[in-house]
Amino acid sequence: MTGAPENQIRNTLENQHLQTAIYTATGRLMSHRRAVVSPEVLPDFQELRTQANLIKKHTIENLDYYLEQFASNVAARGGKVIWARDGAAVVDFLAKLAKEKNVRLIVKAKSMTSEEIELNDRLGRHGLEPVETDLGEYIVQLAHERPYHIVAPALHKTRYEVADLFTERLGVERETEIERQTKIARSVLREKFLSAGIGISGANFLVADSGAIVLVTNEGNARMATTLPRIHVAIAGIEKVIPRAQDLAVFLKLLGRSATGQPLTVYTSFLSGPRRENEIDGPDEFYVVLLDNGRTRLLADRYKRESLYCIRCGACLNHCPVYRKVGGHNYPWVYSGPIGKIITPQYLGVTHDPWLPFASSLCGACEEVCPVKIRIPRLLLKLRSEVVKAKMRDPQSRLERLGFRVWAWVMCRPKLYEMLGAMGSAVFGNGEAWLRRAPGLMNYGPVKAWFSQRDLAPMPARSFRQMWRARRKAAQD
Amino acid sequence: MQKKDDLLSRIRAALGRSVGQPPAPLPPPRLRIPEMSVEARIERFFKNLENLAGKTLLASSLEEARCYVAQLIGEQPAVASNAPLLRECGITDLPTVRSGFACESDLRAACASAAFGITSADYALADTGTLVLFSSPEEARMVSLLPPVHVAVVPRGRILTGLDELLTEVPLPADRSSSMLFITGPSRTADIEQILVRGVHGPGEIHVIVV
Repeated sequence: MTGAPENQIRNTLENQHLQTAIYTATGRLMSHRRAVVSPEVLPDFQELRTQANLIKKHTIENLDYYLEQFASNVAARGGKVIWARDGAAVVDFLAKLAKEKNVRLIVKAKSMTSEEIELNDRLGRHGLEPVETDLGEYIVQLAHERPYHIVAPALHKTRYEVADLFTERLGVERETEIERQTKIARSVLREKFLSAGIGISGANFLVADSGAIVLVTNEGNARMATTLPRIHVAIAGIEKVIPRAQDLAVFLKLLGRSATGQPLTVYTSFLSGPRRENEIDGPDEFYVVLLDNGRTRLLADRYKRESLYCIRCGACLNHCPVYRKVGGHNYPWVYSGPIGKIITPQYLGVTHDPWLPFASSLCGACEEVCPVKIRIPRLLLKLRSEVVKAKMRDPQSRLERLGFRVWAWVMCRPKLYEMLGAMGSAVFGNGEAWLRRAPGLMNYGPVKAWFSQRDLAPMPARSFRQMWRARRKAAQD
Repeated sequence: MQKKDDLLSRIRAALGRSVGQPPAPLPPPRLRIPEMSVEARIERFFKNLENLAGKTLLASSLEEARCYVAQLIGEQPAVASNAPLLRECGITDLPTVRSGFACESDLRAACASAAFGITSADYALADTGTLVLFSSPEEARMVSLLPPVHVAVVPRGRILTGLDELLTEVPLPADRSSSMLFITGPSRTADIEQILVRGVHGPGEIHVIVV
């Protein structure tokens, strides 16, 4: 796979500790999920998936309609919608808002969309201090890293690494017990929550008929970030919209189960607009930023647009044999695993990381567990063919095409094929790894890279065709 | 406005749709409500909540609910929401309980230092062991969030079978409040080494009394 970060991947594979961490974490998430989606406990699981797929398909195909409905309902509840073309537009809006309201400290609830536009770094450059408040995200932010997993961002960190990190960055005494580490984070972040002027969240869903955003968390940090600061800004990709509050009966049942094996996560907040006149607490100002950032480009392809159905549960990562070996930091962008493989090339362009759609065995586990039934393997094939088309003009691919043409020509001529087979058998004998040991061409460049890990089966003494003829002859006699 | 039209027109161009074009018919919502007696709902609700380490009590009288809360909080400071049920129970009359807040900053200060936050709930969901709270003059958001222990007193008639029944009963939650909140057990995380820890930002302990 030319272009793949091979050395970096090798480091991950050779790091025994990291391998165990990835394997146990994803394994645990898999078994938790399995326990709550089995037919005995959730007989209508497959029907829920079908309904979720139908609703997503319908919404994406009529996206302009539902976004307008959403926006007008947000406005009716006293909130404001900001339409953002890309990350720069989001940063501009936030920087201006912070300046106008005289805010420096911003608390953030976990949001992959904000990771996608590198919001923290960019806000930092405007002199603002955004603080992640999900424990995993906070750890990753302190370490200046990218989330390792969509729902378990600090999956790769041990308690000892967290201990060092806390000592170094927070100036606290070294603490290796996880419960106490959590307490440290709680008290540091509690102060931030109580003094921050703006709370930023993502949105798991945008509900069109209500003008509401839905947030699911386990720790309660999203509740804090949307309750204590005077201003709440939710940042969401335009694909997050669903038509009705009632559709949550389907999506919430699928999301928690697929992500962590919980029938419902601990907290689900359904928020529409700022605090109302008679309510005691809640933010005074409520903004929803609707982000495009390449999504409309993706929408234009009627096959691939189903990648926008994703509800970011992370189940495809946990079940992916590739993710479970290479982990989350060897993918070129913030979205890792199978879903990352299909959305990254569509956001960044297929030539950006042409190896990516090929880094899959197409085993289909991702599609099987996807709660909204995205046909990931099929989309990978589609992307592969796009990569090949984009590369048509370079000389290496011309050589490859020539090779396949010769191969096809031989395969269409059974007599010739048989003759070559017999010759191969005579020349190479029937030992193991015969191609790798073969002289000349096989030790050359990309061919060598391929055969360093694979080889053809030994040449049989008698070919299948010979055996077949012998059998028929015996039967006739 | 310009940016809105830009984005919407990019979407329409991608989808081949025109301005004001109505959507194709939307698949009907999928809501299934099983038959379940009140007793069965309570039992199921308790079982699910206990599985999440929630504490439960079925109180036969308001007096019993008050005694449970009095014993639980002892001498420690607590904040009660303005839910009439808590007054009827006599919980707001307990010596260390503060209630009746109408101002955000007073409530915030009280909640930040209280050991217990006491609320009622608009509904409970048997299927998942969930409390449903709408923000209102009676129920602020903070009381169930800032203190390390959350206590909720819920009338038995408010236990629904699950999410489907709730969304049938309240199809447009935004018409009722700016915030509808589901609480399913104590705050938790497993972000470090997948080890479960309770009480990260929200309460680490939850008690539900059904009366």
